[in-house]
Amino acid sequence: MQRVVITGIGVISPVGNDINSFWNSLSNGISGIDFITRFDTTDIKIKTDAEVKDFDPKIYFADKSEIRKSDLYTQYAYAAAVQAMADSNLIDYENTRLGVYVGSGIGGMATFYDESIKLYTKGASRVSPHFIPMMIGNMATGMISIKFKAMGPTLPVVTACATSSNTIGEAYLAIKYGRADAIIAGGSEAAINPLAIAGFANCFALSESTDPKRSSIPFDKERNGFVMGEGAGILILEEYNHAVARGAKIYAEVCGYGNTSDAYHVTAPHPDALGATNAIDLAKKEANITENDKIYINAHGTSTHLNDKAETLAIKNVFGKKAYEIMISSTKSMTGHMLGAAGAVEAIASVLALNNGILPPTIGYQVPDEECDLDYVPNQARKVKVDFVLSTSLGFGGHNVCLVFKPLIT
Amino acid sequence: MVFKKVMGMIAELKGEEDDTITSETALLDLNLDSLDIAELIMNIEDEYSINVDDRESIKTVGDVVNFIESKIN
Repeated sequence: MQRVVITGIGVISPVGNDINSFWNSLSNGISGIDFITRFDTTDIKIKTDAEVKDFDPKIYFADKSEIRKSDLYTQYAYAAAVQAMADSNLIDYENTRLGVYVGSGIGGMATFYDESIKLYTKGASRVSPHFIPMMIGNMATGMISIKFKAMGPTLPVVTACATSSNTIGEAYLAIKYGRADAIIAGGSEAAINPLAIAGFANCFALSESTDPKRSSIPFDKERNGFVMGEGAGILILEEYNHAVARGAKIYAEVCGYGNTSDAYHVTAPHPDALGATNAIDLAKKEANITENDKIYINAHGTSTHLNDKAETLAIKNVFGKKAYEIMISSTKSMTGHMLGAAGAVEAIASVLALNNGILPPTIGYQVPDEECDLDYVPNQARKVKVDFVLSTSLGFGGHNVCLVFKPLIT
Repeated sequence: MVFKKVMGMIAELKGEEDDTITSETALLDLNLDSLDIAELIMNIEDEYSINVDDRESIKTVGDVVNFIESKIN
């Protein structure tokens, strides 16, 4: 079995389009949530979202013709991958041993929407020849693999909001079992459009709050839904000896991965949080976490009533009394819910928390909930060195994932 | 006029201006793939409300321009 480390990170997010501004926002409790600007919300109850600002794809695409042939979700993923590869300084590699595991919860929904309108108004002959390659949810992986001539394993995952925790987990397993030297892993989402917002709103997932400071309020008793975010997170996972041999900067070691299903309901979590409990427990055991270890959990914490309650219960199920000593926060209070990108962006937040000894807060927290009675690092970042960071992701369909990271100990 | 418009459409597909392109440039040498060419034809059909029915005889940028001019005049 090989050890697996993280040697590069890249991010496009509502709180910054590079790692420094992203971490500056999270560690200082700066939110990217505001009123929706992408479309007119007169006829819709949802008023807030978390948009990526000032994104310029021309910085990242050498061939400018690729930009208009790429859905925004692919552009975000591609940009974050270019950042992460530059950060890792991975230049000389055996290209059949470099893989790409980049997923999206939804894929090219805006493209699908636009082309549907064309079919309806102008007829079948007007549907773009680029429609299918732009829309399909695996194309971020495809384009990143072309960009870096990565001919090793590729595996775009679709597990809704757990998507990019799964891609990181599966990349970890592939390297652990010797199938690749390095894998570009993560996820992307760009679904801030009227169709997606209406769909999520009508299945009671989104907050109808008109106050951007009180719309994404994970674990707060007054929480009433999530806030739609967007963007991408990419991490370079690398086999430990491969990273050491080239003198790579190492952020952290990946040491645990739990992947389970609720087998219960399409959108609601299991009332006893069975699947989430099992995922956290599997990852905890693989990482050999013991009673005395100091732990931070970057929670899924969506700000929906059911998620935050179930997740709190799962943490208690796994850790018992120790759950009350664990520091937990939801960075979705600042980034909104980035869906298929959430797992990767939160893995990056987890790794940076570990590296910097600073735990990002759950901001906007005001009203305690008796069903959510753990330490959610409310409103203020906390300076703490921890032994392990867990990152949890729970997706529609009943997908539960937990990743564990620890500082590199040589 | 038509030439300038077609050049603009090609630039839009390529994402940037390319001043090496002339009337003699073959469509296959535009560094666009078959999907891009299909989209270019589609855009031309929309722009001029014509039907490009004889794609086989169109090899160069000049052929495209001549075809359009023959249809609109």
